[in-house]
Amino acid sequence: MFSMPKKDAITFALFAIVVLSMPIWLSPFGASYPGLLQKFAIYALLAVGYNILFGLTGYLSFGHAAFLGVGSYAAVWSFKLLSMNPILAIAFAMVFSGIFALAIGYVSLRRSGIYFSILTLAFAQMSYKLAYSVLSPITHGENGLQLTLQDPRVIDLMFMERGVSLPTSSLFGIPMNGYEGFYFCAVILLIGFFIAQKITSSPFGMMLKGIKSNEDRMNYTGFNTKPYMLTAFVISGIYAGIAGGLLSVTDPLAGAERMQWTASGELVLMTILGGVGTLIGPVIGAWIIKYFENIFSAWNESILHNVFAFLPDNVEGIVVLISSKFVGEGWHLTLGLMFVLVVVFLPGGIMEGVRRIASWFSRRKDPTKDQEVTDPENMPKPSSKKGE
Amino acid sequence: MSDQKKNISRRKVIKTGAAGLVTAGVAPMVFTKGAWAQEFRNDPKGGDVVLGFNVPQTGPYSDEGADELRAYTLAVKHLNGEGDGGMLNTMQPSNLKGNGILGQKVTYVTGDTQTKSDAARDSARRMIERDGALIITGGSSSGVAVAVQALCQEMGTIFMAGLTHSNDTTGKDKKRYGFRHFFNAYMSGAALAPVLSAEYGNERVAYHLTADYNWGWTQQESIQNATEALGWKTEKNVLTPVGAGDFSQYITPILNSGADVVVLNHYGKDMVNSLTQAIQFGLRDRQANGKNIEIVVPLFSRLMAQGAGENIKGILGTSNWNWSLENAGSAAFVKSFGAEYGFPPSQAAHTCYVQTLLYADACERAGTLYPPEVIKALEGHTFDGMGNGPTEYRAEDHQCFKDVLVVRGNQNPTSQFDLLEVVQEVPRSQVEYDASIFGGELGPYEV
Repeated sequence: MFSMPKKDAITFALFAIVVLSMPIWLSPFGASYPGLLQKFAIYALLAVGYNILFGLTGYLSFGHAAFLGVGSYAAVWSFKLLSMNPILAIAFAMVFSGIFALAIGYVSLRRSGIYFSILTLAFAQMSYKLAYSVLSPITHGENGLQLTLQDPRVIDLMFMERGVSLPTSSLFGIPMNGYEGFYFCAVILLIGFFIAQKITSSPFGMMLKGIKSNEDRMNYTGFNTKPYMLTAFVISGIYAGIAGGLLSVTDPLAGAERMQWTASGELVLMTILGGVGTLIGPVIGAWIIKYFENIFSAWNESILHNVFAFLPDNVEGIVVLISSKFVGEGWHLTLGLMFVLVVVFLPGGIMEGVRRIASWFSRRKDPTKDQEVTDPENMPKPSSKKGE
Repeated sequence: MSDQKKNISRRKVIKTGAAGLVTAGVAPMVFTKGAWAQEFRNDPKGGDVVLGFNVPQTGPYSDEGADELRAYTLAVKHLNGEGDGGMLNTMQPSNLKGNGILGQKVTYVTGDTQTKSDAARDSARRMIERDGALIITGGSSSGVAVAVQALCQEMGTIFMAGLTHSNDTTGKDKKRYGFRHFFNAYMSGAALAPVLSAEYGNERVAYHLTADYNWGWTQQESIQNATEALGWKTEKNVLTPVGAGDFSQYITPILNSGADVVVLNHYGKDMVNSLTQAIQFGLRDRQANGKNIEIVVPLFSRLMAQGAGENIKGILGTSNWNWSLENAGSAAFVKSFGAEYGFPPSQAAHTCYVQTLLYADACERAGTLYPPEVIKALEGHTFDGMGNGPTEYRAEDHQCFKDVLVVRGNQNPTSQFDLLEVVQEVPRSQVEYDASIFGGELGPYEV
């Protein structure tokens, strides 16, 4: 079960090293603080899970934010009712998001292509609106679901006194809101990545790729593709649920805005930016977007003045004036520009850029060798892609 | 019999095992807490004191957020001894010397709350964990304020709330590390009711449109209680989503409901939209029960009045502060804000500016930046010269008590900023209440 091709094992090992050493190599970028590191790990997991659906089968879901939200709510309710233990919370998040994904997937997968996307979008928006209105006794609407001092917390209170301050989630005493929380998320990310690797190389994964290249042909050869699709949908929904659960573990507050369609859209952006169908690509996409969101959006004019201080005064003024439109609240503009550039010049996302550079180098080293260094399995084939 | 015995013992084993695990897990946390008596998060240790300004730069309350940020940068200037000093000259008692806080220079970092609890907590965490912010202050929504306040309590970082008007902030969700200078919905109701009674009589039927989150709920409740005490009836309360944009579907049913007063529990751009649409639908030109239909907006600000334009004229509401007040503190603040930005400050700007100065002053009085000592210095502190007359930070719930303004949209504005006229300055005694009525617990000093 744990055996894998040497190439996959190397990928996994490198990925693990990169993820676990994030607190070190991210510090020059100003991103090495627990809050953001946790987000990096969590959204990477979300993107890995999303890629199982979008990357392997080509079905573009616009509703994954709903599963993220369900996972968050389930986890916070487990904190409120049972215990502050994150493992229990994650288990809850998995169960509920799985059931939810099954229901939405069952209906949405009756259609394919654009109709499937619109159906998932409709369901996600519906969940978001419900969370704000009818379900607000469960979700606490705009206020967000929060812990209170009066929560029952049945399991915890069997063993200890009610504290004077709000509890934080802790894994047998290890608090989950600092660097420990990041490592907890990172370990779950690695497990999720490993499982995604196994799925990609399994016969089941091959089947999903078959659906992506031509679903009709799969049907004609006698495969019923629906159960495979539904399984992939539920698996990726559960990934999103775990990610949502982890968001609550590291910061026990769940808000309905996590379910908004913009959150689903962001996930699609992450995957496309990084490279659809690759394992690493969506993770890189997630990191870039979260980095921009947290770091670029915090830049203000005084920081820009410092950055451009080397320029002559009047030039500096103009440069700051122009660049200030692209940072702070204008960070979406930067992101949009970047997205357009990537999609136009690198349709395969950042991973395609990496491959191009790699093949360019290897060609220069050995001009006789053909450029067949890329992994055909991970190479997206735009001509045969569904839903574009 | 033996079966039962076996069952019990197995259960016991599991139970004690789990108890062991949980206590083993919790024990180290309990012991390490408090072991670092005078060490605290983000101690600048002689370096710059970093303040974290967490304001909405996008979303329905972004106008207020932008004005808050202006006030904060002005406050930092004044604390560092730049500019004309503003309220530093009128604050009484004042220990501020214009040399920063405890002699250390004050700098700041900013974040965007987006008026979303999630995003607000994210940016607060960034400022605390990465940028070394000693306090978090700002916010223009009670949902956000309550969420960030809870985070700050967890982190042991003082939160000086900006514009938040819900009773919950210093009521059911109050926290030891959270402080609010702004007034609240209960006070609005208590101040507004007698004026409503004098203007519109005691036999009215009210119809509420309410922003669907903790601020809207508590304001609606407070206004309903205060007006029903006058003898008014409440026809209906309809909850509307925040940032709805289009309120027409909520306004049309009012026309045939038999209500003759419409209470808009909205704020920011929401209020601008709902009020504009209510007037476009001709609500104020119609009659019900033989009386003209009136509109009331319990929480008012000049920024909103500016957005609503003509429509605001003659409409009653309450306000924490208005730039036209004639006292030394207000005059000093309006002067230096106007000199810096070219227009008068809003009430959001005022409360944020005052909060920053109050924090700095508390540090000076405590002689340390150690949060529990600063908190003790703020609790029960009375001061004057900050634009609202004599004010007290009540120790029981960290709520400021001061006079409340009942305002009306100006019929004949003399300038584009002269949009609100003060109808009455309701004295503190009339809006005061017992700290225990909203419940909640402050929590510990040391976290």
